[in-house]
Amino acid sequence: MLSTSTSTLVFWFLTILIVASALAVVLLRNIVHSALFLILTFVGIAGIYILLNAEFLAAVQILVYAGAIAILVVFAVMLTRRGDISESNLFNKNYLAAGVLCLALFILNTFLIGQTFWTIKSGEPPLNNVGAIADAFLGRYVLPFEVAAVLLLVAMVGAILLARGVNQDQ
Amino acid sequence: MAMEGIFTGIAASMRELLAGAPPWLENLSMGFLYLVGVLAFIFLNALYLIYLERKISAYMQQRIGPNRLGPHGLLQSVADAVKLLGKEDIIPRGADKWVFLIAPILIFIPATMLYAVIPFGKGMIAADLNIGVFYFLAVASTTTIAILMGGWSSNNKYTLLGSMRSVAQMVSYEIPLTFSVLGVVMLAGSLQTSQIVMAQEKVWYVLLQPVAFIIFFIAATAEVNRAPFDLVEGEQELIAGPYTEYTGMRFALFYSSEYANLVSVSALAVTLFLGGWHGPWLPSWLWFVIKLYIMIFIFMWVRWTFPRIRIDHLLSFNWKVLLPLSLANILVTGVGIKIYQLLTLGRW
Repeated sequence: MLSTSTSTLVFWFLTILIVASALAVVLLRNIVHSALFLILTFVGIAGIYILLNAEFLAAVQILVYAGAIAILVVFAVMLTRRGDISESNLFNKNYLAAGVLCLALFILNTFLIGQTFWTIKSGEPPLNNVGAIADAFLGRYVLPFEVAAVLLLVAMVGAILLARGVNQDQ
Repeated sequence: MAMEGIFTGIAASMRELLAGAPPWLENLSMGFLYLVGVLAFIFLNALYLIYLERKISAYMQQRIGPNRLGPHGLLQSVADAVKLLGKEDIIPRGADKWVFLIAPILIFIPATMLYAVIPFGKGMIAADLNIGVFYFLAVASTTTIAILMGGWSSNNKYTLLGSMRSVAQMVSYEIPLTFSVLGVVMLAGSLQTSQIVMAQEKVWYVLLQPVAFIIFFIAATAEVNRAPFDLVEGEQELIAGPYTEYTGMRFALFYSSEYANLVSVSALAVTLFLGGWHGPWLPSWLWFVIKLYIMIFIFMWVRWTFPRIRIDHLLSFNWKVLLPLSLANILVTGVGIKIYQLLTLGRW
């Protein structure tokens, strides 16, 4: 849809937005600001999906992450109502351990990206990919799909049990 | 039918004017034109829906309502807007300044983006996305963030409580809203708003999906924070909820975004259930507008008729009544579609 130069421009804009706001999530001292920048990161990733002609995925990204992350913000607010909110996302001195861990993760990711065989196709992307996603979910991958649903249900029941506690009288 | 093509004609002549220009310039200017049209529509509606709301509430309470400025008080909202423009922009000392300042601007981004997929008439749609309805729901879900930002950054107990309620309410009611829309999507076989309107040429989906329509209506009332679900800003408990600390134009932005959202959910209801722009004799966009204002009137009627409900009742009603009902509706719709196919086509 977009010409190559425009899409490259948009890609770099989105990339800088995503990386900058992801850095802000880590570096800001106020945990609510961090959470808000996390939402911005997710919106940027949705933009990348749109650039890849995966509009459905972009909408899911917005609905699930950007929309539901708001709840996370609420919890962040509720959990940090003690003392000074501007010092709620603090740093510590474990530079060495963190550095080693990050480096290891970076090397692992780079290695995996290098190892993966990427298929490159030159044809036009399909105009409507909702039907294909639905077919895959309810056809070939119906079992993993249902298992994921059951897993979520179990997690939900567990969370409710943890929050309410088992009735001691019984 | 000269009336029919009045808006599509403007768009076409604009395109002709830009015919020589490179395609990116043409698309950019057409996008700008759509944006200006949508913004004009939103602000005119916000201005006059406030007047309409005050008049309707007045008649329902046997009062007269605004009647001093202009004929029948028609200029009252304009005067109010001018007054708000001139007011001092106060930032509370304890507020989180930047979040406080951008929240009212941010709330307008989803409110405006929602109109992109609304078919106002035959061929009158800004962006005919193939995931139209889903786009609408996804963008609408981000409204919560701006309300939360405003409520939290004001650093005030009432605003924080109001925004907590707003998140609990909007996130919960989003689920039955989405599920009620699924019934329509299953019947139309498309997420594209223009296709859904096309599919309703003979029979409106409100007749085929009455339960879904009722669920949609209730959930939409909760989504736009209107009575009986206006706990977010319940005056007697929370002053004005998340908007308590806002003054002047920033308050006006929040306030008019509420009306922008009211118009957009009504427009979605018309598109999904009331046949969109279909109708005899009159031009298509006029039919759309007539149906739109009937929906808005019903929203206002409900607001001034029912008392506010309690927060725990609100949430248990959502999870224990609306959600199972909307799931059952999906099941019945699916079975119904299969039986219909069996009867008419003789195969599954």
